[in-house]
Amino acid sequence: MKIFFLFVLITITLLIGVYLYRVLRGPTLFDRVLGLNGISTKAIILLIVIGTVYERVDMFVDISTGYALVNLVGSLAIAKYLEARGEVL
Amino acid sequence: MSLHDLPEVAGLLMSLVAVGLILVGLFFLFVAAVGVLRLPDVFTRSHAVSLTDSLGAFFVLAGLALYQGFSTNLFKILMVLVLLFLLNPVIAHATVRAAYRCGLKPWSKEDA
Repeated sequence: MKIFFLFVLITITLLIGVYLYRVLRGPTLFDRVLGLNGISTKAIILLIVIGTVYERVDMFVDISTGYALVNLVGSLAIAKYLEARGEVL
Repeated sequence: MSLHDLPEVAGLLMSLVAVGLILVGLFFLFVAAVGVLRLPDVFTRSHAVSLTDSLGAFFVLAGLALYQGFSTNLFKILMVLVLLFLLNPVIAHATVRAAYRCGLKPWSKEDA
């Protein structure tokens, strides 16, 4: 079972690489924000899988909840700022 | 197999269902990554990031919650799941609205 969870970890890490490509090469700033949102979703899943591997889910779930809330505040702040500025980068 | 190893069999069955759910979720996450890589502009890519990604996260987290058995951790993971389902569309909507208000034109067939 541990090998299966390691497989899940490696797969999700490889998927993060795809999103990282979009963050680095995205034509517009909004592509980068969306890519970061996708990366943080993957990071939340990754944290819970790590907790399952180490059998400390009770601790890692709290960290991932905080991560989700920080992601919400950061992404909303960037989106609101860009909307108020009103020009394409 | 007697009635006495029923809890053991139930636990094994639950693990199998959890593995199946996680594999389905990984498939959806993979499809979302392909969409992020291949789709032409912000408005189409936001579908891959918000819709498909949320579904993949739902399946993976449901599988992990099921693997925990009936405990506090199950409800904590379900809380993260509900949080993701609420937050992901909000962020995608705010970003795409900012992109539209900034004057980005959605991709059309003439651009291909």
